[in-house]
Amino acid sequence: MTKILTKHFDEPKLHELETYRRLGGYQGLEKALSMSRKDVTEEVKKSNLRGLGGAGFPTGGKWETVPPEEKSPGPRYVVVNCDESEPGCFKDRVLVARAPHQVIEGALIVAHAIDAHDAFIFVRGEYQNQYDILEDAIREAESAGYLKRCGMKLMRGAGAYISGLDTALLETMEGKKAWPRQPPPFPTVVGLMGRPTAVNNVETVSMLPHIMVNGGDWFAKIGAPKSGGTVVFSISGHVEKPGVYEFPMGVKLREVLAAAGGVKGGRKLKCVIPGGASMPPLVEKDLDVALDFDGVRAAGTFLGAGGMIVLDETADAVAVAHNIERFLAHESCGQCTPCREGSAWTERILGRLLDGKGTPDDLPNIQRVGENITGKVICALGDTVGVITRAYLAKFPEDFKKRAANG
Amino acid sequence: MGKLVKYRLNGREVEAEEGRLVIDAAKDAGVEIAHYCYHPALGNPGNCRLCVVEVAGAPKPMPSCRLPVKEGLDVRTDTDAVKRAQAGVLELHLVNHPLDCPVCDQSGECGLQDYYMKVGRYPSRAREDKEHKGKRIEAGPHVMLDQERCILCTRCTRFVDQVTKTHELGIFSRGHQERVEVAPGMTLDNAYSGNVVDICPVGALTDRDFRYKVRVWYLDHADSICPGCSRGCGISVHTSTKRPWHNEGRRVARLKPRWSEVNGHWMCDDGRYGFANLDTDRLGKVLRLRPERVELSWVDMAEELAGRLDGVKVVASGMLSNEDWAAFKALFVDTLTVQDLYFSAEPDQIGAEDDLLRKKEKVPNLKGAEALGLKSGSFDRLAEDLEAGKVRCLYVIERDLAKVWGEARARALLTQVPLLVFQGPNKGALGDLAHYRLPATAYVEEEGCFTNFEGNRRPYRKALEPIGCARPDWEIFKLLQEARS
Repeated sequence: MTKILTKHFDEPKLHELETYRRLGGYQGLEKALSMSRKDVTEEVKKSNLRGLGGAGFPTGGKWETVPPEEKSPGPRYVVVNCDESEPGCFKDRVLVARAPHQVIEGALIVAHAIDAHDAFIFVRGEYQNQYDILEDAIREAESAGYLKRCGMKLMRGAGAYISGLDTALLETMEGKKAWPRQPPPFPTVVGLMGRPTAVNNVETVSMLPHIMVNGGDWFAKIGAPKSGGTVVFSISGHVEKPGVYEFPMGVKLREVLAAAGGVKGGRKLKCVIPGGASMPPLVEKDLDVALDFDGVRAAGTFLGAGGMIVLDETADAVAVAHNIERFLAHESCGQCTPCREGSAWTERILGRLLDGKGTPDDLPNIQRVGENITGKVICALGDTVGVITRAYLAKFPEDFKKRAANG
Repeated sequence: MGKLVKYRLNGREVEAEEGRLVIDAAKDAGVEIAHYCYHPALGNPGNCRLCVVEVAGAPKPMPSCRLPVKEGLDVRTDTDAVKRAQAGVLELHLVNHPLDCPVCDQSGECGLQDYYMKVGRYPSRAREDKEHKGKRIEAGPHVMLDQERCILCTRCTRFVDQVTKTHELGIFSRGHQERVEVAPGMTLDNAYSGNVVDICPVGALTDRDFRYKVRVWYLDHADSICPGCSRGCGISVHTSTKRPWHNEGRRVARLKPRWSEVNGHWMCDDGRYGFANLDTDRLGKVLRLRPERVELSWVDMAEELAGRLDGVKVVASGMLSNEDWAAFKALFVDTLTVQDLYFSAEPDQIGAEDDLLRKKEKVPNLKGAEALGLKSGSFDRLAEDLEAGKVRCLYVIERDLAKVWGEARARALLTQVPLLVFQGPNKGALGDLAHYRLPATAYVEEEGCFTNFEGNRRPYRKALEPIGCARPDWEIFKLLQEARS
């Protein structure tokens, strides 16, 4: 099985510069610096690399929208998004802890591509260990002279889930409340401190050194037609061997489950959340869905950030939906009304169903409330609030009906 | 003005400036779109999600406050999808709202009530308990905050961030527990704090001065000009006369800013709350107080007084309208050839100034006197003349000399004057010293025009009937002048 990012993860001291370099580290940066900015972007476009933080936006295409120096003179920034907060996602946590230099090297390649001289890595507040590791790695990279062209700074989040969204992350970095902005303009045009900014996920930037060394065509060939390379899943829930797994884009769900040892205790599968808690679930019949951005999209959900949660037949869909909606209600930033009010309302209705106080008209009502939220909000969190309960209701109506009949 | 382009609004082809927000362009074309967070002077955060419209080719409804007009844009505000979206969003605005309209001061002018009737009208389906937050928070000397009624449109926080730049209010916490709060260690006591009440579309921020005094549907309105300084801000005078037992018997219930190029959307707290004494200490009768108290008719007063005004010295103030100044000049300068006029702003009429609205001279119309070529003498000089017994007759118009010289000194100076005439709406501290006391209308009881410090004409309308037989100053001057001829 092809592995790119996790290939050397068995190497005990991969987080140290010496080991990383011995295994080919920083050659990608060297290669990139020998190329023109435009060629770097072209190579990445050729690779079909897409944003692995969840949005799946083509990475090279994103950089292209950074206005050229003559159109927007002044600083431009690189921000590496390591605010991994999606329930079920823990791949950035591992990628940073094991291979911090892979992230730093990738960020420096982005900096070259968009002509930035300052890069930031925004680390989730709870990731103290990862922060320390990155701090050491940046110090090493600095002594080795890699940060002469572009400096690198670390920043820590304060615990808000929404800060993981690019524009909310930029607000947080500016010291403001983590309220998402409403593009346009997009961060590549008006980003950090009003300057063009490329915000890329840890996993995305980690891919870049390998694309530089091996070429975009190599990368594109590994993956699915429109999603190049590999994807790192963090698998949790009712499986025998939870953990972080790397697969080529387009891998079948069935294969991923098998690699994780199958459903725990040999029980029947209920559903698989493919990308993190805020993605609608896949069910038994979807086992042959190709796990890449477009394949999962066609199955009615999202690849997200690869936070795969497996649930067996003992799970109650109402409890699952309630758990996720409770999280979303707690994390709703409160900026726009439908999400702020709708998330808590949905959570409370589901809570009542769980308490055995549901009534039959609760089901059409949560359906209706969901419709009133999705598509009428500022950011993806809000869209999710309206989607999640409806998705579980559509796939597991009997769980809901049972609860609704209690009242 | 930018390039004009054609776009479609509800199927009709309309012309608008390119880049103008659809919410504004539609309003220009006569289509009002429901909204809370958007305010032309405070930007378009797009958080209330109420102003959605349907755009041909767009997969979902778009907030019109963030949608610029461009050539060929096809916008609809009247489709079922738009109505459903607006009703749905409104329902979410109201799901944690306490619905305490019967005891809410905003009732009758509340965005939630208005839009419920206009775009809502859904049956209530909220069964869950409501979120509880702070109900009676004294945000500052003038403003009361009720966090439960708040819809978090952020207009007030944007006002204190962008307009006054004083940052007393902020959005705290998040999600459904989010609330507007006064920043720790601060109070909402900036010089413009009352404006947050005006811009609050719901009953979250109410005016402590106005609260529980009178229901808004009993109020009448008249366009006026604030007489509080030489800026001349456009205001609307809200009066309560239909239920005289309301509002503690005061006829003016509140002043609200009225948009004009001079003041934009705002007014200062000095002006807003400066009407408190409007109905107290008022004069309503034409009186001769010395040698004995006799009530006179206007005509008799004029007959009696006109002949005794030779050699008069005149104290006036920038409270006079342009019409008053003209009659003033005709009487005192042209007819009586008075040299000694005193009307400049002394410490009694000088106050705080800032770069937003407030001006130093706390009277509206010194410019009107200046325009007629009138010049003010020095009040110190007048005091000296009074002390020396050189003043045979002093005519004081709309000015409380106790505030110029201090009450004891003013009293001592004025007691010596053989003929003292007071004219104005209020008695003032020294009203008992006058030989003649003439009741004049307050600015809300007359119509007229001020000229502000920039030279702009600021016309104001009559909001109330005069008290007793009070007349505008210009009419009194005219009576006296006619009696002279």
